[in-house]
Amino acid sequence: MAESLPGRRAVVEELARLQRDDSPRLLAVLARRFGDLDLAEDVAQDAYEAALATWPRTGIPDSPLAWLLTTARRKALDRLRRDAAQTRRLAELAVEEDRRPGPTPLSEIPDDRLELFFTCCHPTLRPEEQVALILRFLGGLTTVEVAAAFLVSVPTMQARLTRAKKRIRITRIPVAVPPPDLVAERLPAVLHAIYSIYTEGYATTGAEVHIRTELTGEAIRLARTVRALVPADPEVSGLVALLVLTEARAPARVDGEGLPVSLEDQDRTRWRSDLLAEGIVLAEQAAHQAGESAALGPFVIQASIAAVHAEATRFDLTDWAQIAALYDLLDLVAPSPIVRLNRAVAIGRRDGFEAGLRELDRLAATPELARHHPFHAARAVTLEELGRPADAALAWRTAAECTDSPVERAYISKRLREHGRDDVADSAP
Amino acid sequence: MKYVLLLMGDVEKARCGDESLPSVEEFMAYDAEVEAAGIAAGGFALHDPDTAVSVSIPAGETDAVVTTGPYAESREYVGGTFIIDVPTIDDAIAWAKKCPGAKDSRVEIRAIADY
Repeated sequence: MAESLPGRRAVVEELARLQRDDSPRLLAVLARRFGDLDLAEDVAQDAYEAALATWPRTGIPDSPLAWLLTTARRKALDRLRRDAAQTRRLAELAVEEDRRPGPTPLSEIPDDRLELFFTCCHPTLRPEEQVALILRFLGGLTTVEVAAAFLVSVPTMQARLTRAKKRIRITRIPVAVPPPDLVAERLPAVLHAIYSIYTEGYATTGAEVHIRTELTGEAIRLARTVRALVPADPEVSGLVALLVLTEARAPARVDGEGLPVSLEDQDRTRWRSDLLAEGIVLAEQAAHQAGESAALGPFVIQASIAAVHAEATRFDLTDWAQIAALYDLLDLVAPSPIVRLNRAVAIGRRDGFEAGLRELDRLAATPELARHHPFHAARAVTLEELGRPADAALAWRTAAECTDSPVERAYISKRLREHGRDDVADSAP
Repeated sequence: MKYVLLLMGDVEKARCGDESLPSVEEFMAYDAEVEAAGIAAGGFALHDPDTAVSVSIPAGETDAVVTTGPYAESREYVGGTFIIDVPTIDDAIAWAKKCPGAKDSRVEIRAIADY
Protein backbone atom coordinates (compact mmCIF):
# COMPACT_ATOMS: atom_id res chain seq x y z
CA MET A 1 0.00 0.00 0.00
CA ALA A 2 2.73 2.40 1.04
CA GLU A 3 4.37 2.60 -2.37
CA SER A 4 1.02 3.36 -4.03
CA LEU A 5 0.20 6.37 -1.81
CA PRO A 6 -1.00 9.26 -3.91
CA GLY A 7 0.81 12.55 -3.79
CA ARG A 8 -0.98 15.53 -2.32
CA ARG A 9 -1.39 16.85 -5.82
CA ALA A 10 -3.21 13.72 -6.98
CA VAL A 11 -5.55 14.04 -3.98
CA VAL A 12 -6.24 17.69 -4.76
CA GLU A 13 -7.00 16.80 -8.37
CA GLU A 14 -9.29 13.95 -7.38
CA LEU A 15 -11.14 16.21 -4.93
CA ALA A 16 -11.54 18.90 -7.58
CA ARG A 17 -13.02 16.29 -9.91
CA LEU A 18 -15.38 15.05 -7.19
CA GLN A 19 -16.46 18.59 -6.37
CA ARG A 20 -17.15 19.32 -10.01
CA ASP A 21 -18.88 16.08 -10.97
CA ASP A 22 -20.34 14.63 -7.80
CA SER A 23 -21.06 17.49 -5.41
CA PRO A 24 -24.76 17.65 -6.43
CA ARG A 25 -25.17 13.95 -5.59
CA LEU A 26 -23.42 14.40 -2.26
CA LEU A 27 -25.38 17.55 -1.37
CA ALA A 28 -28.68 15.96 -2.40
CA VAL A 29 -28.22 12.92 -0.14
CA LEU A 30 -27.21 15.15 2.77
CA ALA A 31 -30.05 17.61 2.17
CA ARG A 32 -32.59 14.81 2.08
CA ARG A 33 -31.13 13.23 5.19
CA PHE A 34 -31.01 16.37 7.31
CA GLY A 35 -33.57 18.66 5.65
CA ASP A 36 -31.12 21.52 5.99
CA LEU A 37 -29.21 22.83 2.97
CA ASP A 38 -26.86 24.97 5.05
CA LEU A 39 -25.85 21.98 7.09
CA ALA A 40 -25.46 19.91 3.91
CA GLU A 41 -23.10 22.52 2.43
CA ASP A 42 -21.09 22.87 5.64
CA VAL A 43 -20.54 19.17 6.25
CA ALA A 44 -19.78 18.49 2.58
CA GLN A 45 -17.04 21.10 2.94
CA ASP A 46 -15.89 19.43 6.18
CA ALA A 47 -15.69 16.12 4.34
CA TYR A 48 -13.60 17.56 1.49
CA GLU A 49 -11.21 19.03 4.07
CA ALA A 50 -11.02 15.74 5.95
CA ALA A 51 -10.24 13.94 2.68
CA LEU A 52 -7.47 16.40 1.91
CA ALA A 53 -5.94 15.67 5.32
CA THR A 54 -6.48 11.89 5.23
CA TRP A 55 -6.11 10.58 1.69
CA PRO A 56 -2.43 11.47 1.25
CA ARG A 57 -1.78 9.10 4.23
CA THR A 58 -4.32 6.36 3.52
CA GLY A 59 -4.61 6.49 -0.24
CA ILE A 60 -7.70 7.47 -2.22
CA PRO A 61 -10.51 5.08 -1.20
CA ASP A 62 -12.12 2.74 -3.73
CA SER A 63 -15.31 4.71 -3.55
CA PRO A 64 -14.35 8.33 -2.83
CA LEU A 65 -17.96 9.55 -2.95
CA ALA A 66 -19.05 6.96 -0.39
CA TRP A 67 -16.13 7.96 1.86
CA LEU A 68 -17.11 11.63 1.60
CA LEU A 69 -20.74 10.81 2.29
CA THR A 70 -19.98 8.73 5.39
CA THR A 71 -17.63 11.40 6.69
CA ALA A 72 -20.10 14.19 5.99
CA ARG A 73 -22.88 12.31 7.80
CA ARG A 74 -20.69 11.86 10.88
CA LYS A 75 -19.74 15.54 10.80
CA ALA A 76 -23.41 16.47 10.58
CA LEU A 77 -24.27 14.37 13.63
CA ASP A 78 -21.32 15.93 15.51
CA ARG A 79 -22.58 19.39 14.67
CA LEU A 80 -26.12 18.55 15.73
CA ARG A 81 -24.86 17.09 19.03
CA ARG A 82 -22.94 20.28 19.77
CA ASP A 83 -26.07 22.31 19.18
CA ALA A 84 -28.31 21.78 22.19
CA ALA A 85 -31.30 23.28 20.40
CA GLN A 86 -31.07 20.49 17.87
CA THR A 87 -31.30 17.61 20.32
CA ARG A 88 -34.85 16.75 19.39
CA ARG A 89 -34.04 16.79 15.70
CA LEU A 90 -31.07 14.58 16.46
CA ALA A 91 -33.28 12.06 18.25
CA GLU A 92 -35.31 11.74 15.06
CA LEU A 93 -32.23 11.24 12.89
CA ALA A 94 -29.69 9.31 14.94
CA VAL A 95 -31.58 6.05 15.31
CA GLU A 96 -31.29 5.24 11.66
CA GLU A 97 -27.71 6.49 11.49
CA ASP A 98 -26.52 4.08 14.18
CA ARG A 99 -27.82 1.09 12.27
CA ARG A 100 -25.49 1.87 9.39
CA PRO A 101 -21.91 1.59 10.50
CA GLY A 102 -19.04 1.62 8.07
CA PRO A 103 -18.78 3.10 4.62
CA THR A 104 -21.64 2.73 2.18
CA PRO A 105 -20.80 0.94 -1.08
CA LEU A 106 -21.14 3.28 -4.06
CA SER A 107 -23.98 1.28 -5.55
CA GLU A 108 -26.00 1.90 -2.42
CA ILE A 109 -25.60 5.66 -2.42
CA PRO A 110 -29.07 6.92 -3.17
CA ASP A 111 -29.58 9.46 -5.95
CA ASP A 112 -31.67 12.18 -4.31
CA ARG A 113 -31.17 14.85 -6.95
CA LEU A 114 -34.74 14.71 -8.23
CA GLU A 115 -35.96 15.19 -4.66
CA LEU A 116 -33.71 18.22 -4.36
CA PHE A 117 -34.97 19.68 -7.66
CA PHE A 118 -38.49 19.67 -6.21
CA THR A 119 -37.25 21.26 -2.98
CA CYS A 120 -35.48 24.05 -4.86
CA CYS A 121 -38.61 24.74 -6.93
CA HIS A 122 -41.13 24.62 -4.10
CA PRO A 123 -43.98 27.04 -4.80
CA THR A 124 -43.24 28.97 -1.59
CA LEU A 125 -39.81 29.96 -2.94
CA ARG A 126 -39.46 32.95 -5.26
CA PRO A 127 -38.47 32.32 -8.90
CA GLU A 128 -35.10 34.06 -8.48
CA GLU A 129 -34.45 31.94 -5.38
CA GLN A 130 -35.36 28.77 -7.25
CA VAL A 131 -32.87 29.29 -10.07
CA ALA A 132 -30.13 30.33 -7.64
CA LEU A 133 -30.68 27.22 -5.51
CA ILE A 134 -30.67 24.95 -8.55
CA LEU A 135 -27.39 26.35 -9.84
CA ARG A 136 -25.77 26.21 -6.41
CA PHE A 137 -26.95 22.76 -5.30
CA LEU A 138 -27.73 20.85 -8.50
CA GLY A 139 -25.35 22.64 -10.83
CA GLY A 140 -22.59 22.52 -8.25
CA LEU A 141 -21.63 26.16 -8.90
CA THR A 142 -20.13 28.23 -6.10
CA THR A 143 -22.06 31.20 -4.74
CA VAL A 144 -19.55 33.48 -6.47
CA GLU A 145 -20.22 31.77 -9.80
CA VAL A 146 -23.99 31.96 -9.35
CA ALA A 147 -23.71 35.67 -8.55
CA ALA A 148 -21.58 36.26 -11.66
CA ALA A 149 -24.04 34.31 -13.80
CA PHE A 150 -26.92 36.58 -12.80
CA LEU A 151 -24.84 39.75 -12.78
CA VAL A 152 -25.57 40.50 -9.14
CA SER A 153 -23.08 41.14 -6.36
CA VAL A 154 -21.83 38.25 -4.25
CA PRO A 155 -23.41 39.64 -1.02
CA THR A 156 -26.75 39.98 -2.83
CA MET A 157 -26.59 36.38 -4.02
CA GLN A 158 -25.45 35.19 -0.60
CA ALA A 159 -28.41 36.94 1.02
CA ARG A 160 -30.79 35.44 -1.54
CA LEU A 161 -29.49 31.91 -0.98
CA THR A 162 -29.43 32.35 2.80
CA ARG A 163 -33.04 33.51 2.83
CA ALA A 164 -34.14 30.58 0.69
CA LYS A 165 -32.20 28.01 2.73
CA LYS A 166 -33.65 29.44 5.94
CA ARG A 167 -37.16 29.07 4.58
CA ILE A 168 -36.50 25.45 3.59
CA ARG A 169 -35.16 24.61 7.05
CA ILE A 170 -37.60 26.60 9.20
CA THR A 171 -40.82 25.80 7.38
CA ARG A 172 -39.70 22.28 6.52
CA ILE A 173 -40.00 22.25 2.80
CA PRO A 174 -39.68 18.53 2.12
CA VAL A 175 -36.68 17.12 0.28
CA ALA A 176 -38.87 14.59 -1.48
CA VAL A 177 -40.60 13.84 -4.73
CA PRO A 178 -44.16 15.10 -4.23
CA PRO A 179 -47.01 12.59 -4.12
CA PRO A 180 -48.28 11.66 -7.62
CA ASP A 181 -51.15 14.16 -7.52
CA LEU A 182 -48.67 16.99 -6.95
CA VAL A 183 -45.92 15.92 -9.40
CA ALA A 184 -47.84 17.14 -12.44
CA GLU A 185 -48.43 20.44 -10.65
CA ARG A 186 -44.82 20.93 -9.56
CA LEU A 187 -42.69 19.51 -12.35
CA PRO A 188 -43.39 22.52 -14.61
CA ALA A 189 -41.71 24.81 -12.05
CA VAL A 190 -38.56 22.66 -12.20
CA LEU A 191 -38.55 22.73 -16.00
CA HIS A 192 -39.31 26.44 -16.10
CA ALA A 193 -36.42 27.21 -13.74
CA ILE A 194 -34.00 25.26 -15.95
CA TYR A 195 -35.39 26.95 -19.06
CA SER A 196 -34.91 30.38 -17.49
CA ILE A 197 -31.29 29.48 -16.66
CA TYR A 198 -30.83 28.70 -20.35
CA THR A 199 -32.47 31.90 -21.61
CA GLU A 200 -30.47 33.93 -19.11
CA GLY A 201 -27.36 32.62 -20.83
CA TYR A 202 -28.79 32.81 -24.34
CA ALA A 203 -29.77 36.46 -24.31
CA THR A 204 -26.27 37.70 -23.69
CA THR A 205 -23.55 39.37 -25.57
CA GLY A 206 -20.28 41.20 -25.28
CA ALA A 207 -18.05 40.88 -22.27
CA GLU A 208 -20.36 38.47 -20.48
CA VAL A 209 -20.31 35.89 -23.24
CA HIS A 210 -17.93 33.53 -21.51
CA ILE A 211 -19.79 33.05 -18.24
CA ARG A 212 -23.09 33.05 -20.01
CA THR A 213 -22.06 30.29 -22.37
CA GLU A 214 -21.39 28.24 -19.26
CA LEU A 215 -24.92 29.05 -18.13
CA THR A 216 -26.50 27.62 -21.29
CA GLY A 217 -24.30 24.54 -21.00
CA GLU A 218 -25.25 24.17 -17.35
CA ALA A 219 -28.96 24.41 -18.17
CA ILE A 220 -28.62 21.65 -20.75
CA ARG A 221 -26.73 19.49 -18.26
CA LEU A 222 -29.46 20.04 -15.63
CA ALA A 223 -32.20 19.27 -18.16
CA ARG A 224 -30.43 16.05 -19.11
CA THR A 225 -30.14 15.16 -15.42
CA VAL A 226 -33.88 15.59 -14.92
CA ARG A 227 -34.52 13.51 -18.04
CA ALA A 228 -32.32 10.71 -16.69
CA LEU A 229 -34.44 10.80 -13.53
CA VAL A 230 -37.86 11.17 -15.23
CA PRO A 231 -37.31 9.64 -18.68
CA ALA A 232 -40.95 9.05 -19.61
CA ASP A 233 -42.28 12.58 -19.13
CA PRO A 234 -43.02 14.31 -22.47
CA GLU A 235 -42.41 17.82 -21.12
CA VAL A 236 -39.00 16.81 -19.77
CA SER A 237 -38.03 15.32 -23.15
CA GLY A 238 -39.48 18.42 -24.82
CA LEU A 239 -37.33 20.72 -22.69
CA VAL A 240 -34.12 18.83 -23.49
CA ALA A 241 -35.04 18.81 -27.20
CA LEU A 242 -35.80 22.54 -27.19
CA LEU A 243 -32.55 23.46 -25.44
CA VAL A 244 -30.41 21.17 -27.57
CA LEU A 245 -31.96 22.42 -30.82
CA THR A 246 -31.55 26.04 -29.74
CA GLU A 247 -27.95 25.37 -28.75
CA ALA A 248 -27.30 23.74 -32.13
CA ARG A 249 -27.83 27.12 -33.80
CA ALA A 250 -25.48 28.97 -31.44
CA PRO A 251 -22.42 28.98 -33.76
CA ALA A 252 -24.43 30.76 -36.47
CA ARG A 253 -26.22 33.24 -34.21
CA VAL A 254 -23.40 35.79 -34.03
CA ASP A 255 -21.32 37.19 -36.89
CA GLY A 256 -17.62 38.04 -36.98
CA GLU A 257 -18.27 41.45 -35.40
CA GLY A 258 -20.29 39.92 -32.54
CA LEU A 259 -23.60 41.10 -33.95
CA PRO A 260 -26.67 38.84 -33.94
CA VAL A 261 -27.63 37.10 -37.17
CA SER A 262 -31.33 36.61 -37.88
CA LEU A 263 -32.64 33.10 -38.43
CA GLU A 264 -33.16 33.99 -42.09
CA ASP A 265 -29.53 35.01 -42.60
CA GLN A 266 -27.84 32.27 -40.57
CA ASP A 267 -25.34 30.01 -42.31
CA ARG A 268 -27.07 26.71 -41.62
CA THR A 269 -23.96 24.70 -42.40
CA ARG A 270 -22.61 26.11 -39.13
CA TRP A 271 -25.44 24.62 -37.10
CA ARG A 272 -24.13 21.77 -34.98
CA SER A 273 -25.26 18.61 -36.72
CA ASP A 274 -24.75 16.38 -33.66
CA LEU A 275 -27.11 18.49 -31.55
CA LEU A 276 -29.60 18.85 -34.42
CA ALA A 277 -29.81 15.09 -34.85
CA GLU A 278 -30.16 14.52 -31.12
CA GLY A 279 -32.75 17.28 -30.74
CA ILE A 280 -34.92 16.08 -33.61
CA VAL A 281 -35.03 12.56 -32.18
CA LEU A 282 -35.84 13.92 -28.72
CA ALA A 283 -38.59 16.19 -30.07
CA GLU A 284 -40.16 13.20 -31.82
CA GLN A 285 -39.88 11.15 -28.64
CA ALA A 286 -41.51 13.94 -26.65
CA ALA A 287 -44.45 14.13 -29.05
CA HIS A 288 -44.71 10.35 -28.98
CA GLN A 289 -44.63 10.28 -25.16
CA ALA A 290 -47.36 12.93 -25.06
CA GLY A 291 -49.29 10.49 -27.26
CA GLU A 292 -52.87 10.18 -26.18
CA SER A 293 -52.76 12.89 -23.52
CA ALA A 294 -55.34 15.46 -24.48
CA ALA A 295 -53.25 18.62 -24.35
CA LEU A 296 -49.63 18.88 -25.45
CA GLY A 297 -47.46 20.76 -22.97
CA PRO A 298 -45.63 23.99 -23.86
CA PHE A 299 -42.18 22.39 -24.05
CA VAL A 300 -43.31 19.60 -26.37
CA ILE A 301 -44.83 22.20 -28.70
CA GLN A 302 -41.79 24.49 -28.59
CA ALA A 303 -39.53 21.50 -29.24
CA SER A 304 -41.65 20.63 -32.28
CA ILE A 305 -41.31 24.19 -33.58
CA ALA A 306 -37.54 24.08 -33.09
CA ALA A 307 -37.45 20.71 -34.86
CA VAL A 308 -39.32 22.10 -37.89
CA HIS A 309 -36.70 24.87 -38.16
CA ALA A 310 -33.93 22.32 -37.70
CA GLU A 311 -35.24 20.15 -40.52
CA ALA A 312 -35.17 23.02 -43.04
CA THR A 313 -31.81 23.01 -44.79
CA ARG A 314 -32.57 26.48 -46.17
CA PHE A 315 -34.69 29.28 -44.67
CA ASP A 316 -37.02 29.31 -47.71
CA LEU A 317 -37.66 25.58 -47.25
CA THR A 318 -39.16 26.15 -43.76
CA ASP A 319 -42.57 24.55 -43.29
CA TRP A 320 -44.30 27.74 -42.10
CA ALA A 321 -47.76 26.16 -42.23
CA GLN A 322 -46.69 23.68 -39.59
CA ILE A 323 -44.97 26.35 -37.52
CA ALA A 324 -48.03 28.62 -37.60
CA ALA A 325 -50.23 25.68 -36.56
CA LEU A 326 -47.89 24.87 -33.69
CA TYR A 327 -47.96 28.49 -32.49
CA ASP A 328 -51.78 28.33 -32.58
CA LEU A 329 -51.53 25.31 -30.32
CA LEU A 330 -48.97 26.99 -28.05
CA ASP A 331 -51.18 30.04 -27.73
CA LEU A 332 -53.92 27.74 -26.43
CA VAL A 333 -51.85 26.03 -23.70
CA ALA A 334 -49.46 28.86 -22.80
CA PRO A 335 -50.85 32.11 -24.15
CA SER A 336 -48.52 35.10 -24.14
CA PRO A 337 -47.90 38.21 -26.23
CA ILE A 338 -44.55 36.74 -27.34
CA VAL A 339 -46.26 33.60 -28.63
CA ARG A 340 -48.75 35.75 -30.56
CA LEU A 341 -45.86 37.77 -32.01
CA ASN A 342 -44.15 34.61 -33.26
CA ARG A 343 -47.47 33.33 -34.59
CA ALA A 344 -47.96 36.56 -36.55
CA VAL A 345 -44.48 36.23 -38.08
CA ALA A 346 -45.20 32.62 -39.08
CA ILE A 347 -48.52 33.64 -40.67
CA GLY A 348 -46.69 36.31 -42.68
CA ARG A 349 -44.28 33.70 -44.01
CA ARG A 350 -47.13 31.29 -44.73
CA ASP A 351 -49.79 33.60 -46.21
CA GLY A 352 -47.70 36.50 -47.47
CA PHE A 353 -46.37 39.66 -45.86
CA GLU A 354 -49.62 41.63 -46.25
CA ALA A 355 -51.31 39.08 -44.03
CA GLY A 356 -48.32 39.12 -41.69
CA LEU A 357 -48.45 42.89 -41.33
CA ARG A 358 -52.18 42.73 -40.59
CA GLU A 359 -51.50 40.20 -37.82
CA LEU A 360 -48.66 42.31 -36.40
CA ASP A 361 -50.69 45.51 -36.47
CA ARG A 362 -53.48 43.76 -34.62
CA LEU A 363 -50.94 43.20 -31.81
CA ALA A 364 -49.66 46.80 -31.79
CA ALA A 365 -51.93 47.77 -28.89
CA THR A 366 -50.69 44.92 -26.67
CA PRO A 367 -48.93 46.71 -23.79
CA GLU A 368 -46.21 44.04 -23.44
CA LEU A 369 -45.27 44.43 -27.11
CA ALA A 370 -45.44 48.21 -27.42
CA ARG A 371 -41.90 48.56 -26.02
CA HIS A 372 -40.65 45.09 -27.05
CA HIS A 373 -37.92 45.60 -29.64
CA PRO A 374 -38.37 42.24 -31.43
CA PHE A 375 -41.96 43.25 -32.19
CA HIS A 376 -40.80 46.42 -33.99
CA ALA A 377 -37.97 44.50 -35.67
CA ALA A 378 -40.52 41.98 -36.99
CA ARG A 379 -42.63 44.85 -38.36
CA ALA A 380 -39.53 46.41 -39.93
CA VAL A 381 -38.57 43.19 -41.70
CA THR A 382 -42.15 42.73 -42.93
CA LEU A 383 -42.27 46.32 -44.24
CA GLU A 384 -38.93 45.82 -46.01
CA GLU A 385 -40.33 42.72 -47.68
CA LEU A 386 -43.39 44.72 -48.75
CA GLY A 387 -41.16 47.31 -50.41
CA ARG A 388 -41.92 50.09 -47.93
CA PRO A 389 -38.39 51.18 -46.92
CA ALA A 390 -39.41 54.47 -45.26
CA ASP A 391 -41.93 52.74 -43.00
CA ALA A 392 -39.41 49.98 -42.35
CA ALA A 393 -36.76 52.52 -41.29
CA LEU A 394 -39.26 54.09 -38.90
CA ALA A 395 -39.99 50.68 -37.38
CA TRP A 396 -36.25 49.95 -37.05
CA ARG A 397 -35.77 53.25 -35.22
CA THR A 398 -38.61 52.42 -32.84
CA ALA A 399 -36.99 49.03 -32.25
CA ALA A 400 -33.69 50.76 -31.43
CA GLU A 401 -35.43 53.02 -28.92
CA CYS A 402 -36.85 49.95 -27.17
CA THR A 403 -33.54 48.27 -26.37
CA ASP A 404 -30.60 49.24 -24.17
CA SER A 405 -28.43 46.50 -25.63
CA PRO A 406 -25.52 48.08 -27.53
CA VAL A 407 -25.29 44.94 -29.64
CA GLU A 408 -28.93 45.06 -30.68
CA ARG A 409 -28.61 48.75 -31.47
CA ALA A 410 -25.49 48.12 -33.55
CA TYR A 411 -27.36 45.40 -35.42
CA ILE A 412 -30.22 47.78 -36.21
CA SER A 413 -27.76 50.42 -37.43
CA LYS A 414 -26.28 47.84 -39.74
CA ARG A 415 -29.70 46.92 -41.14
CA LEU A 416 -30.49 50.59 -41.73
CA ARG A 417 -27.12 51.17 -43.45
CA GLU A 418 -27.73 48.18 -45.69
CA HIS A 419 -30.95 49.82 -46.79
CA GLY A 420 -29.34 53.21 -47.30
CA ARG A 421 -30.87 54.74 -44.19
CA ASP A 422 -29.24 56.76 -41.45
CA ASP A 423 -27.60 55.38 -38.39
CA VAL A 424 -29.58 55.16 -35.15
CA ALA A 425 -26.65 56.02 -32.89
CA ASP A 426 -27.77 59.65 -32.55
CA SER A 427 -31.12 58.67 -31.11
CA ALA A 428 -29.50 56.91 -28.15
CA PRO A 429 -31.48 57.53 -24.97
CA MET B 1 -43.37 19.83 13.07
CA LYS B 2 -45.82 22.28 14.60
CA TYR B 3 -47.36 25.02 12.52
CA VAL B 4 -49.82 27.65 13.59
CA LEU B 5 -52.56 28.66 11.19
CA LEU B 6 -53.29 32.32 11.89
CA LEU B 7 -56.83 33.11 10.81
CA MET B 8 -56.55 36.67 9.61
CA GLY B 9 -59.62 38.88 9.56
CA ASP B 10 -60.23 42.17 7.80
CA VAL B 11 -61.25 45.05 10.08
CA GLU B 12 -63.56 46.56 7.44
CA LYS B 13 -65.36 43.31 6.75
CA ALA B 14 -65.82 42.57 10.45
CA ARG B 15 -67.33 46.03 10.99
CA CYS B 16 -69.80 45.53 8.16
CA GLY B 17 -70.88 42.13 9.51
CA ASP B 18 -69.99 40.63 6.14
CA GLU B 19 -72.41 37.83 5.24
CA SER B 20 -69.76 35.93 3.30
CA LEU B 21 -67.76 35.18 6.46
CA PRO B 22 -67.71 31.47 7.35
CA SER B 23 -70.16 30.32 9.97
CA VAL B 24 -69.37 28.97 13.43
CA GLU B 25 -70.67 25.58 12.24
CA GLU B 26 -68.06 25.48 9.46
CA PHE B 27 -65.30 26.15 11.97
CA MET B 28 -66.62 23.47 14.31
CA ALA B 29 -66.70 20.95 11.45
CA TYR B 30 -63.11 21.85 10.53
CA ASP B 31 -62.04 21.59 14.15
CA ALA B 32 -63.57 18.10 14.30
CA GLU B 33 -61.73 17.13 11.12
CA VAL B 34 -58.39 18.32 12.56
CA GLU B 35 -59.10 16.33 15.76
CA ALA B 36 -60.04 13.22 13.82
CA ALA B 37 -56.81 13.42 11.76
CA GLY B 38 -54.82 13.29 15.00
CA ILE B 39 -52.88 16.44 14.18
CA ALA B 40 -54.53 18.88 16.61
CA ALA B 41 -51.93 20.55 18.83
CA GLY B 42 -53.82 23.51 20.26
CA GLY B 43 -55.29 26.76 19.14
CA PHE B 44 -57.88 29.28 20.26
CA ALA B 45 -60.60 31.59 19.04
CA LEU B 46 -60.61 35.29 19.89
CA HIS B 47 -63.34 37.84 20.54
CA ASP B 48 -63.78 40.77 18.17
CA PRO B 49 -60.80 43.11 17.70
CA ASP B 50 -62.84 46.12 18.83
CA THR B 51 -62.73 44.66 22.37
CA ALA B 52 -58.92 44.66 22.28
CA VAL B 53 -56.69 46.71 24.59
CA SER B 54 -53.21 47.72 23.41
CA VAL B 55 -50.28 48.33 25.74
CA SER B 56 -47.13 49.93 24.40
CA ILE B 57 -44.02 51.58 25.81
CA PRO B 58 -42.85 54.15 23.25
CA ALA B 59 -39.15 54.28 22.41
CA GLY B 60 -37.15 56.28 24.95
CA GLU B 61 -39.94 56.35 27.54
CA THR B 62 -40.64 54.29 30.62
CA ASP B 63 -44.40 54.67 31.00
CA ALA B 64 -46.74 52.40 29.12
CA VAL B 65 -49.51 53.84 26.99
CA VAL B 66 -52.74 51.89 27.28
CA THR B 67 -55.24 52.36 24.46
CA THR B 68 -58.58 50.84 23.62
CA GLY B 69 -58.88 48.80 20.45
CA PRO B 70 -56.25 47.32 18.11
CA TYR B 71 -53.53 49.34 16.43
CA ALA B 72 -55.48 51.87 14.41
CA GLU B 73 -53.33 51.56 11.29
CA SER B 74 -53.63 47.82 10.80
CA ARG B 75 -56.38 46.53 8.57
CA GLU B 76 -55.84 42.92 9.54
CA TYR B 77 -56.29 41.21 12.86
CA VAL B 78 -55.84 37.66 14.16
CA GLY B 79 -59.28 36.14 14.70
CA GLY B 80 -58.10 32.79 15.97
CA THR B 81 -55.54 30.05 15.53
CA PHE B 82 -55.21 26.36 14.91
CA ILE B 83 -51.98 24.63 15.85
CA ILE B 84 -51.35 21.48 13.87
CA ASP B 85 -48.56 18.93 14.08
CA VAL B 86 -47.79 17.62 10.58
CA PRO B 87 -44.58 16.46 8.84
CA THR B 88 -43.98 19.22 6.27
CA ILE B 89 -45.07 22.61 4.96
CA ASP B 90 -46.96 20.82 2.16
CA ASP B 91 -49.23 19.17 4.75
CA ALA B 92 -49.71 22.51 6.50
CA ILE B 93 -50.65 24.17 3.19
CA ALA B 94 -53.14 21.38 2.44
CA TRP B 95 -54.82 21.91 5.83
CA ALA B 96 -54.83 25.69 5.44
CA LYS B 97 -56.57 25.32 2.07
CA LYS B 98 -59.37 23.39 3.76
CA CYS B 99 -59.71 25.89 6.61
CA PRO B 100 -62.92 27.97 6.51
CA GLY B 101 -60.82 30.98 7.55
CA ALA B 102 -59.17 30.99 4.11
CA LYS B 103 -62.44 31.65 2.30
CA ASP B 104 -62.56 35.22 1.01
CA SER B 105 -59.87 35.97 3.60
CA ARG B 106 -56.41 34.74 4.56
CA VAL B 107 -54.79 32.04 6.65
CA GLU B 108 -51.15 32.68 7.46
CA ILE B 109 -48.98 29.62 8.15
CA ARG B 110 -46.07 30.08 10.54
CA ALA B 111 -43.70 27.43 11.80
CA ILE B 112 -43.57 27.32 15.60
CA ALA B 113 -40.12 28.03 17.01
CA ASP B 114 -38.95 25.38 19.43
CA TYR B 115 -36.79 27.17 22.00
